[in-house]
Amino acid sequence: MANLFLLQLLNGAQFGILLFLVAAGLTLVFGIMDFINLAHGVLYMLGAYLMAMFALETGSFWLGLLLALGTTLAVGLVLEWLVFRRLYDRPHLDQVLATFALMLILSEGVKILWGSAPLNVAMPELLSGSVPLAGPLRYPVYRIAIIAAGLATALGLWWLITRTRTGMLLRAGASNRPMVAALGTDISRLFMLVFALGAMLAGFAGALVSPVLSVDPGMGEQILILTFVVIVIGGVGSVKGAFAGALLVGIVDTVGRIFGPIWLKLVMDPAAAAQAGRVLAPMLVYLLMAAVLSWRPNGLFGRAP
Amino acid sequence: MLRSTLSVLALGAAALPAIASAEPVKVGVLLTLSGPPAVLGEHARDGALLALKDLGGTLGGQEAEFLVTDAEGKPDIAAQKARRLVESDGADFVIGPIFSNIMAAIAGPVTEGGAFLLSPNAGPSVFAGEGCNPDIFVVSYQNDQPDQVMGSHANSAGYGNVVLIAPNYQAGMDHLGGFKRTYEGSVTTELLTQLGQLDYSAELAQIAAFQPDAVYAFLPGGMGVNFVKQYEQAGLSGIPMLSSFTTDETTLPAMQEAALGKFSSGSWAPDLDMPGNAEFVEAFVSEYGRVPASYAAYAYDAVMLLDAAIAEAGTEDRDALREALKTADFPSLRGKFAFGANQFPVQDFYLTEVVQREDGAFATSAKELVVADYVDAYAGACTAN
Repeated sequence: MANLFLLQLLNGAQFGILLFLVAAGLTLVFGIMDFINLAHGVLYMLGAYLMAMFALETGSFWLGLLLALGTTLAVGLVLEWLVFRRLYDRPHLDQVLATFALMLILSEGVKILWGSAPLNVAMPELLSGSVPLAGPLRYPVYRIAIIAAGLATALGLWWLITRTRTGMLLRAGASNRPMVAALGTDISRLFMLVFALGAMLAGFAGALVSPVLSVDPGMGEQILILTFVVIVIGGVGSVKGAFAGALLVGIVDTVGRIFGPIWLKLVMDPAAAAQAGRVLAPMLVYLLMAAVLSWRPNGLFGRAP
Repeated sequence: MLRSTLSVLALGAAALPAIASAEPVKVGVLLTLSGPPAVLGEHARDGALLALKDLGGTLGGQEAEFLVTDAEGKPDIAAQKARRLVESDGADFVIGPIFSNIMAAIAGPVTEGGAFLLSPNAGPSVFAGEGCNPDIFVVSYQNDQPDQVMGSHANSAGYGNVVLIAPNYQAGMDHLGGFKRTYEGSVTTELLTQLGQLDYSAELAQIAAFQPDAVYAFLPGGMGVNFVKQYEQAGLSGIPMLSSFTTDETTLPAMQEAALGKFSSGSWAPDLDMPGNAEFVEAFVSEYGRVPASYAAYAYDAVMLLDAAIAEAGTEDRDALREALKTADFPSLRGKFAFGANQFPVQDFYLTEVVQREDGAFATSAKELVVADYVDAYAGACTAN
């Protein structure tokens, strides 16, 4: 039982890191540019589809990953230039409308290009298989790779934001945009960079999970809601917050849905516990969000507006 | 949206016998063709269009027109479109839908509008028992049957304890209930997951800890793809996985090797050894570039049924047509075909296993007969027909 609990903690952390990869890009764009991008989930989906296409064409997972990354970066730049830069100074409602439309257009585009049947991405030989833990419990190697990639991304972002000149400008731009512009920094180039980086992070997440998850036209919408929960819990705009929020959501969701009914059985009769567990499990992350917001209205690491 | 109803005027009208003065027979094909589950509807649509092509664009010797319409997966919209098909577009028949909740919404508009409804997939229990309707013909199966067949198979395979897994919503409960109705061993635990869940590592760890004799899953669409891929990766391939609506030709292209050796059940499979079936599969693959799923085969059968019934009774006399539909003798891809009292099929069910075809594609394969001439559990309560 103790082994199983530890394994489920690990599973929760891994799911959290997966969420972080998507949430990091969204919180950057949301926090620094004050821009609500509902199309972020679609960029994640696009990353997975590009990965499926390139991996099949080149016959190599790694080459496919590289090409998918480059292409989502390019798509991010084009979208920014074509659509998003016209929306920065507009109210949030316009942004929501425009990015929602973009979400529908890109979803339909993906279906026209690749069809509506789910696609497969083969797992690289190097990362397939599983390693034994305790007893009959095993852990897939690819999951360990996802954890490693997520931690590396988190570390890279932390370095970029706190240790580089670009990061300094990003932080400055987030707190006082007109002042940074007045000091001679090209703020629109900075925003373009942030946006492209966010798009690439979403694409990276999509490409990375494609061997584990179904690559289908609904995948972007499924993850978008959880991602918003993560950045609200962590504090909008804070990458550190996104990391903490993602881990928290991953662990609460995973451990709660498995052990919730078991723990409930200790205090109520089995039938009622099963029923209550069933009802509570899907609500857990939202209850978590409500609890965090009532304690810290700006999220764990959010600044007061 | 304006032109969401797209007319497919059959080719080959020139080759018809001289009955051109008559109006063409209009058939509404109402399927969910957008959104994530669109692929199921696409299989059914392609199966129906292939049947029409094989018939030279005619039904029972009369020129036919198929009105392919997107149900959009929304019951209210599907009901509006069904009404429009029957009342404004003049459809005498509607082939559809894929999903049972859509069936509940369109059954009224179609049958009250004076048309017949032929379902190529959905077979909900509400229309199988007391609520059976003389104008509804379900060409596929009753929803509970595949699960009951798997329960019977688990008994004969000697699985003493099984872990069940399904999403936590009505259909999930129904399918697990169907399995438990026939399964006699013990249920170790029921894992109820969230609709659209991405990550199953927590559930898979529980399964690894329990080490059951087998796992029974109902996880349609992307959920099944996620589960099956992660099942292999978690090193659980030693535990047999049985399922319904999880490993079929709509999801296998995404699962590939991970699904090999997984079991499910059905009344049809691409390699079922019946007259005309191999030719159908071959024609479908060359026309649409993918192996047909059961949705395509049942839609094909529905069109063939219409053809036989119209040939026998024409389209003028509704009562004669109903009788002809009920007793129609048509070349089914499943071999023999007969309706029960509730106008759901009475048919054989097979255990199917995922295999790789010679052309490299993955498909289900009929392994053994599990139940012959299976009558669904509700037919006895139907008195209306």
